[in-house]
Amino acid sequence: MGKRAAALVGMTEWAPQRTWPEPMFGMEACAVLAAEALADAGIEKDAVDGLVCGGLSDSPMFSPLALAEYLGIRSHFNETVDIGGASAAGMVWRAAAAIEVGMCETVLVLVPSTPSPVESGGAGQKMALPPYLGGDAWGSPQGQFDIPFGLVAATPAFAMVAHRYMQEFGVAPETLAKIAVMERDNALKNPMAVFRDKPITVEDVLASPIIADPIHLLEMVMPCWGGGAVVVTTPERAARLPHRPVFLAGYGEYVSHKTVSYMPRLTETPAKPAADQAFAMAGARRDSIDVASFYDCFTITVLLTIEDAGFAKKGQGGRFVDEHDLRFGGDWPLNTHGGQLGMGQGGAAGGLSHVLDSMRQIQGRAGEVQLAKADRAYVTGVGGLMASHVGLVLEGA
Amino acid sequence: MRIEQPYAENGRPVPRRTPTSAPWLDAAREGRLRIQRCPRDGFFYYPRNRCPVCLGADWAWEDVSGRGTLYSWTVDRVGHDPAQRSQVPLVVAIVELEEGPRLTSRIVGCAPEDVSIGMPLEVCFEDLGRETLVHFKPRGR
Repeated sequence: MGKRAAALVGMTEWAPQRTWPEPMFGMEACAVLAAEALADAGIEKDAVDGLVCGGLSDSPMFSPLALAEYLGIRSHFNETVDIGGASAAGMVWRAAAAIEVGMCETVLVLVPSTPSPVESGGAGQKMALPPYLGGDAWGSPQGQFDIPFGLVAATPAFAMVAHRYMQEFGVAPETLAKIAVMERDNALKNPMAVFRDKPITVEDVLASPIIADPIHLLEMVMPCWGGGAVVVTTPERAARLPHRPVFLAGYGEYVSHKTVSYMPRLTETPAKPAADQAFAMAGARRDSIDVASFYDCFTITVLLTIEDAGFAKKGQGGRFVDEHDLRFGGDWPLNTHGGQLGMGQGGAAGGLSHVLDSMRQIQGRAGEVQLAKADRAYVTGVGGLMASHVGLVLEGA
Repeated sequence: MRIEQPYAENGRPVPRRTPTSAPWLDAAREGRLRIQRCPRDGFFYYPRNRCPVCLGADWAWEDVSGRGTLYSWTVDRVGHDPAQRSQVPLVVAIVELEEGPRLTSRIVGCAPEDVSIGMPLEVCFEDLGRETLVHFKPRGR
């Protein structure tokens, strides 16, 4: 049995959308997310004494300070997390750790990703990450040694990982495509998924345009607006609340670079050291997991996570995917919410969707995709150019 | 969001030099590939003020062979950087130098369908006016 020092007790999640009907600033979105997540948890706002958020569009500096003021919260723990797509998962364990060491008792983890209003209305803006990912600042190595050569955005970097993996270990394009197809099947049951009414086949994936060789359009997430929040509190308080407490039994995190070119080895990802840390802390074996919810910006990310997080031997990830049914009714359910590939990537909240997917399963509120047994989950977050990784072992009380 | 990346006259992105990276860019302008070498930990790339292994300051610049092999690659088919849309299909690469370090570069003089991991490469240079870029092409071609 792993740690029992902090539990996830409430949540909210907004359906990812390509355009957002009512633009709002980051702190405005936080206020709505906070109200919804606290109502779900059954906790009064006055009990909150910790805040974790990402960068806020309307307060990019000193974000937690501005947020405490805006929400009217007096807070002992104030944090922003900036590790790319792994940030949301990284926020969750930081909240749990702060509770465990006694800094605070109840933390709001807020992940807004809505477009700011603009004078012309702003409702039609499409979500798109800036392609330079902050690397254009003067003095940034990325702006000097990567961007001028065409290495920008995420897709070319993950494509180079995929090519190197194909060279060293080999994997059929059909196997990678199967990951997108299985996730899409799960998304068909998720009313919040952007692709909820569009089943796809392996042939569809392989016939979709190549965006950066060898990655096809249907192996990539659809960038969307969105938002999500989760409430983390002490086991004592959690025991008095309506939902089954979900303990952070173990967690790990690992970073060694930002840009893929400087990864020590392109086919060995930070998933391994992060998972080793998380499972050791949880005192859990890989085969004791009932639910897997893996960050899936691209199909290759899922394949490498399966291997490097220790669910298949190195080089055997393709065979693992071939041999298992990854759908919610299958023998190795993965991303029962449809993943970000099926649901759409609601900005930074896309990373939180994996936490919430597992939380819903463990709390028995996953609706049509509910698994018969869901007591322990492994959740991952991936950020940067295959650069940061967070692993969370979640356990129901 | 305000973009700070500098662009050449033809609109393509170029490095904005710093005191640390200037010797690398100056060498490129003269048609040479020059990288830093730490007396304990060997060559490293990209230019830094300290060795990324020992954080020592007693490194020195050295001209290197310019020979390497292709470690991995992709072809940008859509122009992920709007400023490079005129360049697609653009072969983006990680090159492993004979001296050890890997660097981000671009493969030129080779059709995308002829690119393969492990292919021998040699350095070449593209003068964009404002700065000169370090590219690679198939060796001996």
